[in-house]
Amino acid sequence: MKPPPFAYLAAGSLDEAISALAAGDGEARLLAGGQSLMPMLNFRLLQPGLLISLNRIPGLGGITENGGGLRIGALTRHAELERSPLVARHFPVLGAAMEHVAHLAIRNRGTIGGSLCHADPAAELPMLMCLLDAGITAQGPAGERTLAAAEFFLGALTTALAEDEIVTAIELPALAEGCGWGFEEMARRSGDFALAGAAAIISLTGDRVSEARLAVMGAHPTPLRVAAAEALLRDQTIDEDTVRAAAEAAAAAVEPDNDLHASADYRRHLIGVLTARVLRAALRRAQGETP
Amino acid sequence: MSGGHVVRLRVNGVDHEAEVEPRLLLVDFLRVQLGLTGTHVGCEHGVCGACTVILNGDSVRSCLCLAVEADGGAVETVEGLGRVDDLDPLQEAFREHHALQCGFCTPGMLMTGIDLLRKQPLASDGEIRAGLSGNLCRCTGYQHIVRAIRASVEARDGD
Repeated sequence: MKPPPFAYLAAGSLDEAISALAAGDGEARLLAGGQSLMPMLNFRLLQPGLLISLNRIPGLGGITENGGGLRIGALTRHAELERSPLVARHFPVLGAAMEHVAHLAIRNRGTIGGSLCHADPAAELPMLMCLLDAGITAQGPAGERTLAAAEFFLGALTTALAEDEIVTAIELPALAEGCGWGFEEMARRSGDFALAGAAAIISLTGDRVSEARLAVMGAHPTPLRVAAAEALLRDQTIDEDTVRAAAEAAAAAVEPDNDLHASADYRRHLIGVLTARVLRAALRRAQGETP
Repeated sequence: MSGGHVVRLRVNGVDHEAEVEPRLLLVDFLRVQLGLTGTHVGCEHGVCGACTVILNGDSVRSCLCLAVEADGGAVETVEGLGRVDDLDPLQEAFREHHALQCGFCTPGMLMTGIDLLRKQPLASDGEIRAGLSGNLCRCTGYQHIVRAIRASVEARDGD
C-alpha cells in the first residue's frame, strides 16, 4: 500500500472534528478533497497519526447569496465553482479561472477550503481570494473568527490558521456593479501549476478608474495584491502607458525564486506580461466590450 | 477509529462490503479486494489519469481517494460499460477509430469520456481535448481518442 498507516475518523459534525483535531496533539490532519494531501500520503511525505475526514459533515458545502456577495462553504468543490450560476453572476473571474485548476477529475474532488489551507503560492484560489477581498472563516475550540485573505497567507504552504482551527466558509463581499475582470496564467502544460499568474478587477466612473485591484501568483512566496500598481491606476484614464507602468510595478513587487521550472527573471518577466494582459481585459470588460 | 473499517460500496450496480485498513486506496480496493482489474493503476499520485472511475456521478482519480472515503457510494468502472461481445457505444467508437494502442490508458480515457459525454456539450475538439487533458496516453494516440469522442458526441446529439 502506498500511504503509511494512520487512524481514520469520518467526523459527523464540526464539533467532533474540532475535538479530534485538538486531541490529536499535532499528529492529526484534516482530509477534505484530498487532491494535495493524498499525493503527499502516497509519497509518504506525511505520516499523520490520525486523518479526520470532513466530507461527511453536513452544511460545510454549498454556495449561497449573502448581502450582495456570496458565502461559499469550505467543502465546495472546484467543479461546483466552475459551473455555479451564482459564481458566474457575482464573481465571473472566479468561475472562469477554475478551468485552469488541474484537470476534470481533480476539480471534481478538490475543495476551496483545502486549496486555501494548502496555500500553494502558484494556486489560483488563494490569489483569487486576495483579489476578491475574501474573508476566510475558521472555527476552533475558542470559537469562530474571520481572517482577511491578505492576512491569511504567510508563506509557501503556510497560513495564519492555528493548528486547532478548521476553515468552514469563505465570504466574498459584493463587487461594484459593472466592473470588469481579467485572469491569465502561464503553465507549460495544461493543468500544471502555473509558472506565474495575474488577475485584475477594474471599475470605471466615466472613463476614469474608480477602483483597481491587481493580484499575482507563482512568483512570490504568497499570492500578492500589488498596491503600487493599484495606486498607479486609481483615478486615472487608462491608456497603454498606464498599463505598462502598472505592469512594471507588479514585476518589481514580486520576489521570485529560481527553480527547476523557471528562472526568477523569467517569472518576473511573466508577471509584467500577464499583468498588462489582465489589465487590458478588465478595462475592456468594464467598458462593456468583449476582450 | 484505528484498525479495520467496514466499507460498503455499490460497484457497477452490485453491492460489496469489506473490512479494510483506512489507508487502502479506492483503486486497490477495486483491483485487489474485488478483483476488478479493468481499472489500471499508473502513477499513483494523480497525474496520469489511468485509474479514473466515476464516483457518485463524477469522474475521480481512484488513486487519490481512500476506500473508506467512498463508503456508501456508487462507483462505475470500465467493467460496467460493456463486454467484449456487447460493447458500450463509446468503446465501439474507440474500436472503430483506433483510439487505443497499448491500452493502458484506455479505462481512464473511457471513464473520463463517459463523464464528459454526460455533462458537457463538447461543441469543439478544443473542449474534448481540455476534458481529456488529465489523462496521459504514453503511446501518444490522442488524435484518435479525440476522433472517437467526437463520433460519440455526434451520435449523442443525433447529428
